[in-house]
Amino acid sequence: MTAGDVLLEAVNVVKHFPIKDKVFGSSGVIHAVDDVSLQLHEGEVLGIVGESGCGKSTLSNLFMLLEEPTSGQIKFRGQDISTFSKEETQTYRRQVQMVFQDTFGSLNPRMTITDILTEPFTLHRDFLPKDEWNGRVRELLARVGLDPDHANRYPHQFSGGQRQRICIARALALEPRILVCDEPVSALDVSVQAQIVNLLKDLQTDFGLSYIFVAHDLSVVRQIADRVAVMYLGEVVEIGDEADVLLRPSHPYTQALVSALPTADASGEIVGSRIVLSGDLPSPANPPSGCRFNTRCWLAQSKCFDEKPALIDRGTGRPAACHFVTSEPPTPAHA
Amino acid sequence: MPEPLFTVENLQVEFRTDDGVVHAVDGVSYTLEKSEVLAVLGESGSGKTVHARAAMRILDTPPAFITGGSVRLGDMELLTLDEEDMREVRGSQVAMLFQDPHTALDPVYTVGEQLIELLKARRRVSKREATEVATALLGRVGIPTPRERLKAYPHQLSGGIAQRVMVAMAVALEPAVLLADEPTSSLDVTVQAQVLELLGSLVAETQMAMVLITHNLAVAVGLADRIAVMYAGRIVELGPAREIYSDPKHPYTAALLRSIPDIQIREERLPAIKGAPPNLLRPPTGCAFHPRCPLADDRCKAEVPPEVEVRPGRWSACFHADEVTR
Repeated sequence: MTAGDVLLEAVNVVKHFPIKDKVFGSSGVIHAVDDVSLQLHEGEVLGIVGESGCGKSTLSNLFMLLEEPTSGQIKFRGQDISTFSKEETQTYRRQVQMVFQDTFGSLNPRMTITDILTEPFTLHRDFLPKDEWNGRVRELLARVGLDPDHANRYPHQFSGGQRQRICIARALALEPRILVCDEPVSALDVSVQAQIVNLLKDLQTDFGLSYIFVAHDLSVVRQIADRVAVMYLGEVVEIGDEADVLLRPSHPYTQALVSALPTADASGEIVGSRIVLSGDLPSPANPPSGCRFNTRCWLAQSKCFDEKPALIDRGTGRPAACHFVTSEPPTPAHA
Repeated sequence: MPEPLFTVENLQVEFRTDDGVVHAVDGVSYTLEKSEVLAVLGESGSGKTVHARAAMRILDTPPAFITGGSVRLGDMELLTLDEEDMREVRGSQVAMLFQDPHTALDPVYTVGEQLIELLKARRRVSKREATEVATALLGRVGIPTPRERLKAYPHQLSGGIAQRVMVAMAVALEPAVLLADEPTSSLDVTVQAQVLELLGSLVAETQMAMVLITHNLAVAVGLADRIAVMYAGRIVELGPAREIYSDPKHPYTAALLRSIPDIQIREERLPAIKGAPPNLLRPPTGCAFHPRCPLADDRCKAEVPPEVEVRPGRWSACFHADEVTR
């Protein structure tokens, strides 16, 4: 697809959380996001993948103004959002909306669907005259595939998939430009997942939205993302066109992540050998020096412990943060 | 013919709630032999976890009641065993592995205290012997520096290590049958692969039988010999894992297979299953899958299809089993 202008951008964003232990007085910092730069273009879906603790959710929270970066900038249409006036911030909040994983936690059980979907209008007073609210609620429900006559029901009267549709309707209420979707389908059953992915794809096309689509399931990301950024321990280790990153990964971590998905051919035979990484994710409070993946990487050599690999294109056509990336992906040591 | 190692026969579990009675498990039957891995595949509410908790007799009663059927280890009936004998069976003969290691481990005791206590109480060995066995067990499940880890509290462990500790505790008494409830679902994919490998090698080594409860078809195909697909409290299809994957005989299995996204293929539209899993307070008449099924006709709306052996070793509860294509 042809990418439009840069809409949203992270520039060298760092987010550290101080650890303070009141009892024992120990302290340190969690390196949640470390020097991340990436761009979301107009009309694009940017997938952000990685395992728990990689910083993908912290990054979404930074975009949503739920956290402030320790250093670096988040820019919207080229402007640093931390310099926004009150009105500009309000406009930004209207244009960037979020869809969460946990639909129970993000819908107030005591509010009807009408209350939930009109709440954005009470926060953004000038957006819509009050006499148009109910019509807009019906329109939103129909748009996400729910029965407009169910507007007076409560969240618990809906299934998980339907509740996620309600969350999506709420995110659309203020006609945003960007949706930040944090694991939007991972709590749903497989048979329902596909419906929600299809809905998100339709909405993106119909309204020309841009998505930041955070997920751990690479097969789902493949269905919707135009570009994919892979994160490991707070850093982006590889970024590029979705098919390149997911089908021809060049960073060893991406290769391990892709190969960890058990895939079977039509006869049920498991295909491809799985790279079983040794060990666990190191603590983000004390990330390894040099390349952060060096404790689990089968290619690691002394250079990887001494020198942090930059996120640059080493001839594979896209940036990857590995000293040993070549245009021919290295043959991994299969288990 | 000798008794199978583990038999579940026409198991019935209902939840009596304020809103009505839910038949969470509605006639589940299968048998399991030594070294065999049976995956019980289903979505939330299918009854896959409830059936295992019923077999272990660890359901909360009320609201859950076992209302019928039989669960046998060899020729020993577990459902009528008195509670004291059942306690002996749990862990040493039939053990369970839970999804979330951090809620299953006691946060105020170290890993060693929990594992050694288990061995002392059940194996009646000295503390010293128990410590040796515990260290060996942690080593066996692939935990580096096991002696150090015995001193760790659960919160100090990563998800992958904590789940390995749970595996060690589950197999500590060398059970004949392990009921593993979504053992890798709370773990990251790279760690999932490690734990699945571990479970596979334990089965090969100890010859224990395993019921692998999962919602993940790829996990099931990767590890199981046979797959039982559950929907709305029943097994709708049962057979060899690879055959179920390559040639499903129930429309639900087929639809599930199609709706799983494949990293190799970017689809314009994913082939979703319409509707949602049924509300078991008001289950559909006839076949529970009929409102979502492309093959459903009037008969499916009226009658519950029985499980029929459509090919040797292949069972399907569908009137249209012959018409199902992948």
